[in-house]
Amino acid sequence: MMKKSRRSFLKVAGIAAIGFSASPAITFASSDSHGTAQAVKSKNKEALFAHRWGMVIDTSKITDEVVESIVEACHKAHNVPNFNHEVDAEKYPNTRPVNHKQEIKWIWEEEFHYAFPDKEDEFLAEKFHNLPFLVTCNHCKNASCVQACPTQATFKREDGIVLMDYHRCIGCRFCMAACPFGARSFNFRNPRPFIEEVVPAFPTRSKGVVEKCNFCAERLAKGEQPHCVEASEGAITVGDLEDPESEVRVLMNEHYTIRRKQSLGTEPSVYYVM
Amino acid sequence: MNKNMIITGLVIFVLAVLSPFWFNIITTTQAAPEPELLGKAKTEKKCVLDKYEMRANHMSLLDEWRDSVVRDADRQYTAANGHSFGMSLSTGENSCLGCHEDKAKFCDSCHTYASVSPYCWDCHTNPKEIE
Amino acid sequence: MLEIAIKGSKNYWLWIVFLLAVIGAGAIVYIDQFMNGLMITGMSRDVSWGFYIANFTFLVGVAAGGVMVVIPYYLHNYEKFHRITILGEFLAVASLVMCLLFIIVDLGQPTRMLNVLLYPSPKSMLFYDMLVLNGYLFLNIVVGWKVLEAERNQVEPVWWTKPLVYLSIPFAIGIHTVTAYLYCGLPGRGYWLTAILAPRFLASAFAAGPAFLIILCYIIKKFTKFDPGWEAIQTLSKIVCWAIIANLFFFLCEVFVVYYSNIPGHKAHLTYLLFGYHGYHALVPWMWTGLILMFTGAIFLVIPQLRNNKALLPFTCAMIFIGAWIDKGLGMISGGFVPSPLHHVTEYAPTRPEIMITLAVYATGFLVLTILYKLATQVKEEVGG
Repeated sequence: MMKKSRRSFLKVAGIAAIGFSASPAITFASSDSHGTAQAVKSKNKEALFAHRWGMVIDTSKITDEVVESIVEACHKAHNVPNFNHEVDAEKYPNTRPVNHKQEIKWIWEEEFHYAFPDKEDEFLAEKFHNLPFLVTCNHCKNASCVQACPTQATFKREDGIVLMDYHRCIGCRFCMAACPFGARSFNFRNPRPFIEEVVPAFPTRSKGVVEKCNFCAERLAKGEQPHCVEASEGAITVGDLEDPESEVRVLMNEHYTIRRKQSLGTEPSVYYVM
Repeated sequence: MNKNMIITGLVIFVLAVLSPFWFNIITTTQAAPEPELLGKAKTEKKCVLDKYEMRANHMSLLDEWRDSVVRDADRQYTAANGHSFGMSLSTGENSCLGCHEDKAKFCDSCHTYASVSPYCWDCHTNPKEIE
Repeated sequence: MLEIAIKGSKNYWLWIVFLLAVIGAGAIVYIDQFMNGLMITGMSRDVSWGFYIANFTFLVGVAAGGVMVVIPYYLHNYEKFHRITILGEFLAVASLVMCLLFIIVDLGQPTRMLNVLLYPSPKSMLFYDMLVLNGYLFLNIVVGWKVLEAERNQVEPVWWTKPLVYLSIPFAIGIHTVTAYLYCGLPGRGYWLTAILAPRFLASAFAAGPAFLIILCYIIKKFTKFDPGWEAIQTLSKIVCWAIIANLFFFLCEVFVVYYSNIPGHKAHLTYLLFGYHGYHALVPWMWTGLILMFTGAIFLVIPQLRNNKALLPFTCAMIFIGAWIDKGLGMISGGFVPSPLHHVTEYAPTRPEIMITLAVYATGFLVLTILYKLATQVKEEVGG
């Protein structure tokens, strides 16, 4: 082959290749077959709305039994795996032994000096030493986890709830390092074998993503109260922190409330009535 | 290496590379499967998008729906034809599976044929699986 | 130029095959991790970053350390470093390859890693880390290649390598500063929330990188006909000396601040590392070993007779490299996570699969390093440079 004709062959081939690949791109751009151009997305009519969702926990109403029913209600409804659950060997053969340090929890109880480690007190009132305190994600206004996430898989919704998009999470766990409250858990393994009864209305998560309390956004969207509120026998109240007449603000006006690690400036939205 | 050997080799190579297609043409007698419309999908014929659009774009539609539900808190989808649906794969009567009922006969029939395995079901639960 | 890498002695090929074997073994373990999740590691809900990220952090430092040969030659015309800048640049390339691999093996959903590009998050330090690490990798590959090619052809390097070299200098500082910013901007982690973290990172980087480079120069002198030059090594050792002294000084500053102010939340982490906390003391022997190694190394480098002792120097450098690795790798990560934000203690140790994958990543880096150094030394032998 002569040099010149090989070169011109390659030139023509290159231009043809660009031409062929441009065709589908142009077709795609010119069509409006996203189909959703004329469709409308909206909220459910019965959805609850707030400018900034917050939670008030009345610690005087928290007992060990209440804690147990709250934790169970939340974890069951959201398919949070329980590593103490014995795996169905037929359905999941060859399941490797669990590492309890890799547990997942969305809401749980802690003693005072673990929930509020910045409130060290040698002379703390006796009754506070063993009282159960509920801890969970605080859905902070200036959430450091939202700032840290490199894909915005962890993000802050306009109503103040800090949510996770499990499809986008790459499992880098930077949010877990950023959270000052230890509220986040990582799926080190497939959680399915450890869910006693899968609730079909809520997806489970897969291995490799971080998860945490979602403020029952799916319940609020149907006009229902979060599971922890319903199971708490009145100990937990949620509402709009920016509405001065909401239940939570009323409670906060009547009682002195504290938040975890407030001096860090993340502005947690979970208040504790002491 | 003379011209004949090279051309013979090329022909054999092309045939070998295309062998999956020969295999399918020779052994398969059926055309691509049609997904079965069951239950409410069959009777009510309320569609989110028309058939061809759905086939081509259901993946990006689900993507958009997810962003709407998770990021914007919008869960109602009112289609161009006026019917409204819940933007969910498997939860509720107005979700995808709420109308199209059977994952095996609807989703899997095309996916298996096209050798596509989306990982939706790693997390989302097919209600029929629980029963 | 790559054809140089496939012609080598028996020892060369034995080394390459050994590296490939390690990589293969680690890859098989990684398949297990990919299929079954990070449960095979020793990480936990409380210690969510472990050996992978620890090594990543350390190796970013080694990559940045390459700039310690580039600055004197390109900015200040220090001729003695002329022949070894390529070694520094190629070391940076190999280290960065390892850094990126460590990030990938640490991800829970690695198939989604392009999400960082698809959804840029300008408030996230990981976003900037991705940019500067890849940018610096690209710069070093291009500059190293072009300069070596020019040397082989006995011409001046093409004009645009110069501005790229100048650009690589702030990038080198940048990669390690941004990596430090990953840690020191997190409000919930008292051990990391200190302004001196970035300077400390840079100091230990400028000690560990050139220390390793010195060791590599010894190996090159032994196995090839290229002699980097004793004078260059002497200058490098002085750089290591002051960098490690700076690192130790910064550490002493941290110790003072924490213990003199006596704030329990801040004290807890350093106490855990150095003395044990509430009975948990797995890292105490490691930390003291690291400190002793760095301190001894510093002394051996400060005293001229010991620093200029050709037989002793590689061992001193090894001490400093390992000490810095313990300090930055093991100490910093575990110290940040123990105790947890709720003051619980969950200790961490890497599991065997985790170590195997780590070794495979190191082997990959060494493979890249071997090939690149083979190119560099062969070219220099050819042209008598």
